[in-house]
Amino acid sequence: MSTPLLQATGLAKTFGAVVAAADLALAVAAGERVSLIGSNGAGKTTFVNMITGYLKPDAGRIDLDGRDITALSPRAITHLGVARSFQIAQLCGELTVLDNLLVAVACHDGRMSFWQPAHRPEAIARADALLERFRLGEHRRRRVVELPGGVRKLLDIAMALAGTPRLLLLDEPTSGVSAEEKFGVMDTVMTALGHDSMTVLFVEHDMDIVQRYASRVVAFYAGRIIADGKPDAVLADADVRRYVTGELVAEAS
Amino acid sequence: MNAVVTILIDGLTYASWLFIVAVGLTLVFGVLKILNIAHGSFYALGAYAAASFVGWTAALKWAPGFSIVAMLFAAVAVAAIMAPLTERGLLRFFYGRDEVLLVLVTYAMFLILEDVTKLVWGANPYYVSEPYSLFGNLHLGVQTWVGYDFVLVGLAVVVGLAVWWGLNRTRQGKITLAVIHSAEVASSMGVNVSRVYMLAFSVGIFLAALGGAFTAPMISVQPGVSVGVIVVSFAVVIIGGLGSIEGAAIGALIVGLARSLAVHVAPVSELFSIYIVMAVVLMFRPEGLFQRTQARKI
Amino acid sequence: MAAVVVESPKHAAAPSRAGVFALAFAAFVALAAAGWLFPRWLTFLLTLAAGNGLVSLGIVGLMRGGVVPFGQGMVFAAGGYTAALLYNKLGITDALGLALAGGIAAVVVAAPFAPLLSRYRGIFFAMLTLALSMVTYGLLMKLDALGGSDGFNVGRPTLFGMKLPDAHVGYVLYVITVAVATLAAVAMRVVFSSTRGLLTLAIRDNELRVEYLGGSVRRAMAVNFVVAAFCAGLGGALVVLSLGHIEPNFSFWTTSGEFVFVAILAGWQSVAAVFVASTVLEVVRSFSSAYFPNTWQLALGLFLLFVIRFLPRGIGSLWSRRAGS
Repeated sequence: MSTPLLQATGLAKTFGAVVAAADLALAVAAGERVSLIGSNGAGKTTFVNMITGYLKPDAGRIDLDGRDITALSPRAITHLGVARSFQIAQLCGELTVLDNLLVAVACHDGRMSFWQPAHRPEAIARADALLERFRLGEHRRRRVVELPGGVRKLLDIAMALAGTPRLLLLDEPTSGVSAEEKFGVMDTVMTALGHDSMTVLFVEHDMDIVQRYASRVVAFYAGRIIADGKPDAVLADADVRRYVTGELVAEAS
Repeated sequence: MNAVVTILIDGLTYASWLFIVAVGLTLVFGVLKILNIAHGSFYALGAYAAASFVGWTAALKWAPGFSIVAMLFAAVAVAAIMAPLTERGLLRFFYGRDEVLLVLVTYAMFLILEDVTKLVWGANPYYVSEPYSLFGNLHLGVQTWVGYDFVLVGLAVVVGLAVWWGLNRTRQGKITLAVIHSAEVASSMGVNVSRVYMLAFSVGIFLAALGGAFTAPMISVQPGVSVGVIVVSFAVVIIGGLGSIEGAAIGALIVGLARSLAVHVAPVSELFSIYIVMAVVLMFRPEGLFQRTQARKI
Repeated sequence: MAAVVVESPKHAAAPSRAGVFALAFAAFVALAAAGWLFPRWLTFLLTLAAGNGLVSLGIVGLMRGGVVPFGQGMVFAAGGYTAALLYNKLGITDALGLALAGGIAAVVVAAPFAPLLSRYRGIFFAMLTLALSMVTYGLLMKLDALGGSDGFNVGRPTLFGMKLPDAHVGYVLYVITVAVATLAAVAMRVVFSSTRGLLTLAIRDNELRVEYLGGSVRRAMAVNFVVAAFCAGLGGALVVLSLGHIEPNFSFWTTSGEFVFVAILAGWQSVAAVFVASTVLEVVRSFSSAYFPNTWQLALGLFLLFVIRFLPRGIGSLWSRRAGS
């Protein structure tokens, strides 16, 4: 039994009276495409924040490929091969799409030269490669503040891939994207990831997208994992239908 | 023993002056979220106006007691004229912009007012002597203090209580507290935030001018008076916490005592003792002693 | 800062690096030649503009990262006092040597604070730099070994071992200062369009994302602070040599304020704009002193308001184009 790429055990986090995570345990093997589902406030984003080092859990432990990353900073975790995208695209607004990608590439490399031009051919080539994978070519010279929502999300994800991570966490990759664009965005992303053996965790509310792209679904509710397994099985689960998709009426407690 | 009393009394009188000068600055920051570099300029205007008004009472041969009224009147006049001019005429066009940008706007105001003051009153110093001798002297052992210095202590207490009462016990004050907490939320509850801004800024200017007016008898009123006051009031406000009235009081006491100690014990450190405290506070507890704003720090 | 909009580094439209070098060299030659013909008051004014401009150049570097320092007087004074002390106490008189020493001294003074300052933003960054510069001012005022409140004088510098002839001291100092300023300007232009320069712009926009991408925001900001200090130290030394005098006022907050004024006026499009803006300041200062006393601060204040309101990208935006679109 090989070490799972990501192993979270006993994760707990409370914010005042709110329990965002209670004894969370999850093991993800390399290459899996896992969708995290749950209603707002169920703890999905808190979970992602803890994995990526933005939040420190009150208790519990996170291992990446056997190595304890619980106390590491976001920057250190990134350099270990973890990347994330954000619910609201985190981009450098005044810079162009190309420049954003150049920044992503440079940060991954870690070499911040005083004299090497930012726009030298090798760097541009790498940025352009990402541009092409995510079909952002036509926006190359446009400033981020001028871009529509779907394009921003794509850029957000493209930047996360600049460092060819082992583990990619996508926080609601299609939120803020119009209904018509949703599948297009997700398609572009998954195609871009296609042949990589990258492990992907994506938080998602749209069950159609979940069923189409996930090989495994983990359902959250009130800081706990209430279901974990193949998409069909999880989505048919009574608790999931009650507390996540809303198909069954939740009992008043 | 005598030395301790001297240090304490000097510290207290200086702290009172600091509080009167700084409380308006912290109030304006608390409400409008503007750190007003021109605060010192309004202080200077108060001093100059007091010089003029007191000069007129003397010329009119009124009793010296009227000079106190004249000084009060000077502060009111400065606020009445400058508040609408600067708040309505200039600052409101920049509301909601970056906090440092607003500081730069007030810096521009400071530059402009420096010269306006010189153009109106000239570059020669003014002396407002009448009020200074009104309150006699206090003798403690070998030390003599001028009674006027203690007027400042009394004034500081009055100002502190008035501001506290105004904010916590009046309707307008509670509305102001709501705006301090969140202008957005207050606005959505129907508060005329614009009017609150105008009011708070006017009170801020009045307090600055009041400080200047009542300090005028103790100094020579001349160009450059504002410059030292600005940084000293920044120090007090940062130490106490931006936007906090209690903080301004405690900050003033700390700075007052620190400076008094420095002057009597280690004169070399007199000038920078204040800024060392300010720097230390910024390094270890940047939001100040009474937290109102979150320090922007990583 | 929302007010001064940042420009993406130019790529296809911009002059190549060799082009920048050539342009700078040509500008230097033109200024040096013109200076020979200028009246003495003008070369003196331009010398001060170039020296003071160096400080603002460093500030622009910091502003590209999203912070505005209100205390560069501290490092400006460090450079100036170092040059003055080396001249008077150790007999080092070479102008270029003193300038370099000033820059290095400023770095030594700034370096211990750089990691601390790299964690602050907005008003708190401004206030902490202000506080540090006022502590410096207080120290300088009280330390008699450093001249106390009067400061002290500095004699005439030499150049490469040669004494400067009486008739041409002003001109030689002018050429030296403009030369150093040109070199610094070119260096900063290279840095601004480098990977590090792009990273700095990114930090201003979204430092959280930069951290998540694996970049070290704090290290970048600390480095920017030290670089700005070096520029300010160079400027401080050169200004002292031209003025022949140093005093604690170099570290006073109003001096720092003027450097910020020039940086805001200049904007971030063009490095040359910094020196143009610095010249504007000196011109306004001398002319209004001569013809309309008590109006130069008024003029500056109005200028600043005008720029903030109508030219948020500074005067540099008047001749630099926005790239990419």
